[in-house]
Amino acid sequence: MPEYQNIFTQVQVQGPPEWGMDDSGEMMKERSGSPFFSKFIGFFGNAQIGPIYLGWTGMVSLACGGLWLFIIGLNMLAQVDWSIAEFIRQLFWLALEPPSPEYGLSMPPLNDGGWYIIASFFLLVSVITWWLRSYLLAQEQKMGKHVAWAFASAIWLFLVLGLFRPVLMGSWSEAVPYGIFPHLDWTTAFSIRYGNLYYNPFHALSIVFLYGSVLLFAMHGGTILAVTRFGGDRELEQIYDRGTATERAALFWRWTMGFNATMEGIHRWAWWFAVLTPITGGIGILLTGTVVDNWFIWAQEHNFAPEYNGDYGYEAYGTYDAFIGKETE
Amino acid sequence: MLPWFSKWNKENPTDIYGPAVIIGAALGGVFVAALLVSWGQPYATESMQTGPRGTGMSVTEYKASVTAPDPSIADYYSEEPYIPEGGEELAKDIYENVQVLGDLTEDNFNRLMTAMTQWVSPEQGCAYCHGDGDLETYGSDDLYTKVVSRRMIQMTQNINENWDGHVNANAEVGVNCYTCHRGQNVPSDIWFKITPVSDNFEGWSSNQNRATSISQFTSLPSDALEKYLLDYEVIGVHSLESRVAENPSDPDVKTWQDTERTYSLMNYVSNSLGVNCVFCHNSRAFYDAGQVTPQWGTEMLGISMVQEMNNDYLVPLRDTYPPERLGPIHADAPKAACKTCHKGYQQPMQGLNVIADWPELATTEAPVYE
Repeated sequence: MPEYQNIFTQVQVQGPPEWGMDDSGEMMKERSGSPFFSKFIGFFGNAQIGPIYLGWTGMVSLACGGLWLFIIGLNMLAQVDWSIAEFIRQLFWLALEPPSPEYGLSMPPLNDGGWYIIASFFLLVSVITWWLRSYLLAQEQKMGKHVAWAFASAIWLFLVLGLFRPVLMGSWSEAVPYGIFPHLDWTTAFSIRYGNLYYNPFHALSIVFLYGSVLLFAMHGGTILAVTRFGGDRELEQIYDRGTATERAALFWRWTMGFNATMEGIHRWAWWFAVLTPITGGIGILLTGTVVDNWFIWAQEHNFAPEYNGDYGYEAYGTYDAFIGKETE
Repeated sequence: MLPWFSKWNKENPTDIYGPAVIIGAALGGVFVAALLVSWGQPYATESMQTGPRGTGMSVTEYKASVTAPDPSIADYYSEEPYIPEGGEELAKDIYENVQVLGDLTEDNFNRLMTAMTQWVSPEQGCAYCHGDGDLETYGSDDLYTKVVSRRMIQMTQNINENWDGHVNANAEVGVNCYTCHRGQNVPSDIWFKITPVSDNFEGWSSNQNRATSISQFTSLPSDALEKYLLDYEVIGVHSLESRVAENPSDPDVKTWQDTERTYSLMNYVSNSLGVNCVFCHNSRAFYDAGQVTPQWGTEMLGISMVQEMNNDYLVPLRDTYPPERLGPIHADAPKAACKTCHKGYQQPMQGLNVIADWPELATTEAPVYE
């Protein structure tokens, strides 16, 4: 079997750990852990683990995120009367629920959403400081801030769900529960309550970008792996010095669908598709219940939902007797 | 071992794996094809179309399970009525304390009593309601079972007479004691109040997120049957215009939490009848009464019927029952809902007509024999 036909990374570089440049003499200040190599990890990515840079943003983010998680866990434990066995048994069912609707935007009792508000505050601080960290670390490396802005698009959706929309609706009860099954229940109930979210055009756009991201990722990953034998995995070099790998990949797609991206452009496609998924999704959520209360009726008013008057096909409707093999006629 | 073979084998290298894989795959394919041809597709499905073509509205089941008869049909006991010729003595004149079935002739009265024994207490017999005494003591109301069964006969008569649109929606099916009891003293699939599921919490944190039988083992609210089938709360949650100015903190406004509770009820109904959402609804607009199937109307009647059964018949019997018949958490009376009769079938006992032989149970008036 040729070496490049493998689902795992085949080239592992192991030598003295890489520490990065220390031109300001301060880079070591907030880095911790001595680096080591893992052959197993090397199958999936870089074999070198650490050192890690936490900084004040990382410390604040981890601490607040940990508090958020512990508040949820302890609330779940309290719900099952501090029984560890029940906690494990019901773990996927349990949740820290947002306040009941009657409390609006006021602070509810701790056992009816109060803890939810406190936990959400810590989650907000945690997520925002982690974003700041992704921005500051990029700045430190003199990189563009593309990762931070992509993360910000996800944070936009997160803020719409937990902050902007509840405030516009006038009730914290509109936020999403923290629980494995319960947050899925919220998703279903949210769609049904507002007359079927599939008729929300921004939901449709979000799905387009989500599935489009998957498609682009598969096309790009597949293309690069397919031309790795010609040096195609050295994408950066191929951008300014187009070699045979790029030529072949471009030709392949141009023959296949008449158009091809470039070594640079494909990454812009992927970035925008990924970033537009939560941006459009967030717009769709924000409009729901605030501007539109029934998307199916909205879609009919805008000639977006097809009509079928139901005067056809009745003769084909099944009867129960026929269904259970007990035809009486 | 066998050195000549090892030598020969080494000198004549042959790729046997390629041909072996091809021949093995081909023979395996032939074998599977032969099985499918001779025994048929073991997972064949059957669909019942419930809506316009192209909408995907259908109920799908495995053929093997959907065509199998409900096992409780085989144990069903029935007996044709004795048509009165006029002038017979009536039960109320012969026996003491006959409050409900007094207008029956003696033959028909005893016929129904025998059948009820088969339906409800086949092991204990008459003694289950009438005690171990002689026939003279049968008029006594000492046992709670007798008081309860009298009320249950009234409930059965009321269902057959006033809820005809539900119990005879497609054809004459009706209900009698066996529809719920199926040979058991206490019917299966009754329900009790179980909320709050946590005493430490309040509001929507205290009625959901637990795998319970009433939530159908989902994390949806566990108080759906109680709110909708006992307390008459409104099931619909939708805004009927594209934009409605309202605030979720207004108690009259339906929230996503209410939607979860409705969804919990709908899960219960689906499992009770062995159907899916599109048996009654067009799932693109669950709320729209203009797009529902005929079954939706039958179901709406059923919900009202169950509300009446619970509030007028079952709950008021609470103080009649001994403690062991009451709910484990709130000591409430046992209550009925869809599954108590349907038990997983679209029609109880797959549409078996259980009322044709029992005009006594079809009306609250004196029975009419034809």
